[in-house]
Amino acid sequence: MRHGRPAPIRPSEITPKEVWLDRRRFLQASAAAAAAAGVAWPADEARAQQLIQPLAAPRNGAFQVKDELTPKKLVTTYNNFYEFGTGKGDPAENAGALKVRPWTIEIAGAVEKPMTIGIEDLLKLPLEERVYRFRCVEAWSMVVPWVGFEFNKLAAMVNPTSRAKYVKFVTAEQKDTMTGLRIPFIDFPYVEGLRIDEAMHPLTLMTVGLYGETLPNQNGAPVRLIVPWKYGFKSGKSIVRIEFVEEPPKTTWMLAGPSEYGFYSNVNPNVDHPRWSQKRERVLPGLFASRQTEMFNGYAEQVASLYAGMDLKTNF
Amino acid sequence: MRLAKPAVLAAGCLPIAMLAWAVVFDPLSLGANPAERILHETGDWCLQFLLITLAVTPLRRITGWNWPIKFRRMLGLFAFAYGVLHLSAYVAFDQYFDIAGIVKDIWKRPFITVGFAALVLMTPLAITSTRGWIRRMGGAQWNRLHKAVYAVTILGVVHYWWLVKRDITWPVVYALILALLLGYRLYVSRRARPARARA
Repeated sequence: MRHGRPAPIRPSEITPKEVWLDRRRFLQASAAAAAAAGVAWPADEARAQQLIQPLAAPRNGAFQVKDELTPKKLVTTYNNFYEFGTGKGDPAENAGALKVRPWTIEIAGAVEKPMTIGIEDLLKLPLEERVYRFRCVEAWSMVVPWVGFEFNKLAAMVNPTSRAKYVKFVTAEQKDTMTGLRIPFIDFPYVEGLRIDEAMHPLTLMTVGLYGETLPNQNGAPVRLIVPWKYGFKSGKSIVRIEFVEEPPKTTWMLAGPSEYGFYSNVNPNVDHPRWSQKRERVLPGLFASRQTEMFNGYAEQVASLYAGMDLKTNF
Repeated sequence: MRLAKPAVLAAGCLPIAMLAWAVVFDPLSLGANPAERILHETGDWCLQFLLITLAVTPLRRITGWNWPIKFRRMLGLFAFAYGVLHLSAYVAFDQYFDIAGIVKDIWKRPFITVGFAALVLMTPLAITSTRGWIRRMGGAQWNRLHKAVYAVTILGVVHYWWLVKRDITWPVVYALILALLLGYRLYVSRRARPARARA
C-alpha cells in the first residue's frame, strides 16, 4: 500500500453496488435515528460513516466458552488502537474516518503464488462464528463472538515455501485518517508476527466481523487477526500486508519495550509483566480482577504442543 | 464567606459522589472497565488536590490575600482521602484482597513502591492536621513535619509517570506544575537568604 506503485483498479477494489446502497441506507437510517433520539450529531457522524453489514456466518459449536459474552457496546467502545489515540475510548471516537474501501491485502515473501486479494473476495470465503476469550496484556479480558476464517485457508491460496518460517503482519497506516500516528514512542505501521506453525494453527482466525456484522473500524476493520491464546496486541488490526519470512519479524511492541513484550507473548499466569502480575484478570465489565488467568488463555489443550520443550519464561 | 467552607467540602466530595452514583445506578456509563475508571479518577484527584494544596502558599504570597490558608487543611485532607480511596480500589479491584500479592507488588514494582510510600508518608500529616496537634507539637516542629508534603507530591507524580505504558503526556503536565510550585518556593528562599545575611 505504501510503496506507491501505480496499479490499475482491480475489480475487487470497486465497491459493489449493494454495499454502496447499503451504506447510503445505513447513513440515512442512522441520521434519522440520531435525530429522533436528539443525539448530538458530530460524535455520531464518525460512527454512522462506518460500513457495517450483516454477515452470514454459522456459529461453530466447537469453539464455545463457559463465560458470558461481553456486551457488544463494550467490545466496540473499549479498544487499544493507538493509531486513533491512546485512550481506550479514542478509537470509537476517531476511527470512523478510517477508509475501509477499497481494501486489499498484499501477500508476499516466501510463497509460490504471491497475490493481492481484495476484501470483497475475503468476505466471499466460507465464514464462521467462533466465541473466543480475549485476554489483554493489561490484565482484562472479554468474550467475543468473532466472524472469520482460519488463516491457514488464506495461506493455502499462496502456497508458502519451505523458507517460510514466520509470518509478518503489517497493518494500515493511513496518514490522512489516523489521528494518533505522531506519538513518539511507537513506530507505525504497526507490525506483528507469528511462527509459521502458530499462524497455521486452526485457532488462528482471520477475522472480518463480530456479533454477526462486519468489524467496526475501532475493532480493526475490515480485516484483522485473532490469536486467542496470546495477549491481544499480537492480533493486529486492519491488516494490509502479510509476508512469509525466514527470520522472526521485529514487532512493534518488541521494539518499543523489549523487556516487557516478547515475540511469543503467550498468555501465561506464571510470567508477570514487569509492572503488574498476570496471575489474575478482570472479566469486563466486572469490578474485581477475580478470575485466575489460565495457561494459554484456556487453550492449552490445543496449543501447548507447539511449545513442547521450550522455556516459556525466557521465551515470553 | 460563612458558606465558603461547606461549599468547598461539597465540591471536594463531588467526584467520588458521582462515581458512586454511576456504579450503583448507571454502571454502563463508566465504560467497559469501571474499576479502572475508579482507580484512575481517585488517583488523579489525589494528585490534583496535592497540587492545589501546594498552590495555596504561592497564591498568598503573590496576591497578598490571606483567605486561601483557611482552606489548606481541608484541601490536604481531600488529597489524603482520595489517596486512601485509590489504595482501596487497588486492594479490592486489582488485587482482590490478595495480601501476599500486594506485599509482593510493593516490594517488586517500583511504581507501586513509591505510590505506597507517598500514602504512608501522608498519613502522619493527616493525623496531625488538627488544631490540637499543632498546639501539642508547636508551630515550628509541626511546620517541619508538614514539609513532607513536598516529598509526598514528588512521589505521587513519579508513581504516575512510571505506571503509564508509553504516553507520558499527563505525568509531564503534573510534573511541570509541581516544578513550578516547588521552584517558586526555592526562588523565594534563595532571595530571602542573602537579605537576612545583610541584616
